[in-house]
Amino acid sequence: MKTVILRRILLLLPMLLAISFLSFALMSKSPGNYLDTLKLNPQMSQAKIDKMTVEFGLDKKWYVRYGLWLRNAAKLNFGESFHYKQPVWDVITARAWNTFILSSVSLVLTWGIAIPLGVLAAINRGSLFDKVTSFLAFMSLSFPNLFLALLALFFAYITGWLPVGGMRSVDHELMTSGEQFFDILHHLVLPVFVLCFSGVAGLMRLMRGTFLENMRADYVTTARAKGMPEGQVMFKHVLRNAINPMVTLFGFSVAGLLSGAVIVENVLGFPGLGQLALEAFFAKDEFLVMASILMASFLLIMGNLLADILLVAVDPRIRYE
Amino acid sequence: MESTHPFAEAWGRFKKNRTAFFATIFLGVLYFICLLAPFFSPYNSQTQHLDAAYHKPVGVHVFDAEGVHWPFVYKYELIDKARQIYTPIVGKRYPLRFFGKGDAYKLLGLIPMTRHFVTVDAPGRLHFLGTDLIGRDVLSRLLVGSQVSLSIGFLGILISFPLALLIGGISAYVGGKVDASIMRFLDVLMAIPGLYLVLTIRYVFPQKLSSIQIYLIITMIFSLIDWAGMSRVIRGIGLSEKERAHVYAARCLGQSPGLIIWRHIIPATFAYCIVAATLSIPGYILGEATLSYLNLGIQEPDASWGLMLAQAQSIRVFTQFWWILSPGVAIFIVVLAFNYVGEGLRDALDPKMKVVRS
Repeated sequence: MKTVILRRILLLLPMLLAISFLSFALMSKSPGNYLDTLKLNPQMSQAKIDKMTVEFGLDKKWYVRYGLWLRNAAKLNFGESFHYKQPVWDVITARAWNTFILSSVSLVLTWGIAIPLGVLAAINRGSLFDKVTSFLAFMSLSFPNLFLALLALFFAYITGWLPVGGMRSVDHELMTSGEQFFDILHHLVLPVFVLCFSGVAGLMRLMRGTFLENMRADYVTTARAKGMPEGQVMFKHVLRNAINPMVTLFGFSVAGLLSGAVIVENVLGFPGLGQLALEAFFAKDEFLVMASILMASFLLIMGNLLADILLVAVDPRIRYE
Repeated sequence: MESTHPFAEAWGRFKKNRTAFFATIFLGVLYFICLLAPFFSPYNSQTQHLDAAYHKPVGVHVFDAEGVHWPFVYKYELIDKARQIYTPIVGKRYPLRFFGKGDAYKLLGLIPMTRHFVTVDAPGRLHFLGTDLIGRDVLSRLLVGSQVSLSIGFLGILISFPLALLIGGISAYVGGKVDASIMRFLDVLMAIPGLYLVLTIRYVFPQKLSSIQIYLIITMIFSLIDWAGMSRVIRGIGLSEKERAHVYAARCLGQSPGLIIWRHIIPATFAYCIVAATLSIPGYILGEATLSYLNLGIQEPDASWGLMLAQAQSIRVFTQFWWILSPGVAIFIVVLAFNYVGEGLRDALDPKMKVVRS
């Protein structure tokens, strides 16, 4: 087991290397660069543009630039954002924290709602509750996130109950810490709702499916035959077995913590990493894009690894040789 | 006992699943309308009615003070120029005309025609779903835009599936170093979060291109992403299939590896392919909508559902003129229908495979 984890972690480095190479190569094929937008500005002199071209190394061949980037990255220096004139790392960490709060709140809520709902639906299979929740889940799975975010904006604007865009009010700094907490919470309602919507639906259906499957297993008959109370059969035996495939999914959710909300953040104007990454893509802010991609990929790989480890932890039948 | 072909049995099971069956028929009707979109739309999708910007959806009436009539609409009058508010002028009726003459268009891109499914006489206006910022009929744009959204998924799976079958099949059958290197490449592709990979590849191409070029580029990008996951599964099926007796037999008889992959391994993946293909179509529809919403997709003046939603980027616009959001409803309905069909197909093709999709 330990060797497997070790091998996977060792594999991480070549993977990230390959990812960075692929993204850098693709980006260098992209027509134009960050300075193109600056050139449109009449106040920008040609001399200044030339100076910046040299400064950012934009006059060099892409593989030379990649080499330079790699050498700096090895020293954990991921370059400076063209646009923000700050080290990429600082720009990202400021935003990543916002996205992390948003995603983890949605993650907890999604799992907290979906698992009990799925179990209830499975135990009461064929009941009105089961039919209604299954139908709603199917509907919400087909609901485009983009459209839902727009509808959420519509709702917030019409009712005026919820703030639109941002994560803090203008007077956030003047508030007491308690008020600040509720202020952030207030701003989180809309994006969290949109993120949970389809998440709950998918997870609930999955939970219901695996729970039903396990309810048909032989060990359930055995447990019932020896007179075990129904509640104990369901929650001690079936639930524990049914939760196994969910564990893998939990790893995937962790993987998406920093990159799963790009569209929602953009539509709702939430100042997170997704919004930053998209802006960086639009502005061709090379180093910022590279760092965003790498960070999100890193989390994805780690999430998958976490899923595999968790699975071994909860299911003694699974062993890696 | 009479033996039936497994697909015939599956078809029998599929027909019994009523929601899936109706969803299929519904999609069939949609595709028919989509094919003849310019005929079914009341106006040309690019005609600008500049005097009727943000015209609200017109109501079709049957009754008025004088009794029952052939379905008709009223003409609307702009009463508030600042806020674009229209009210109907009650009195003169404009009856709906079926197969009447209207804007010129080319049916299927070839046959010049002027007849539309339904029109009204000028100065009456027939905007069932209102108009947009420059007075283009939303329903007409929705119908013409459906040609993008409804076709992109099919084109996408036509690219991704053969590729996945080929690569997955080779990987499973040849094994060894070939298998390992293919799998490592897929690992890298799948380790980059979807949207980031899409954007990185999208930026290889210039932002402004003709809509048809962009359409093809988007399709290829999403196929590329779709393909990676599928190749894995197909490889898995192939690996287990390779060990079965009939494949050994074929090998003993001296069949070539290519023929074995084609005749014995690929057919074993059909059930998975059909289901996965149907369920991956919504991904293409949503992907195109997302890219077009971000202005990286289909370009004005052409229409696509995502591009139409991009007009809703200003919150003041869509809270006031809610009909701008109608492409969102269209996407929802089509995705829902595809999901129903996909689920139905899965239950029909493999009754044992009951694991629910995430």
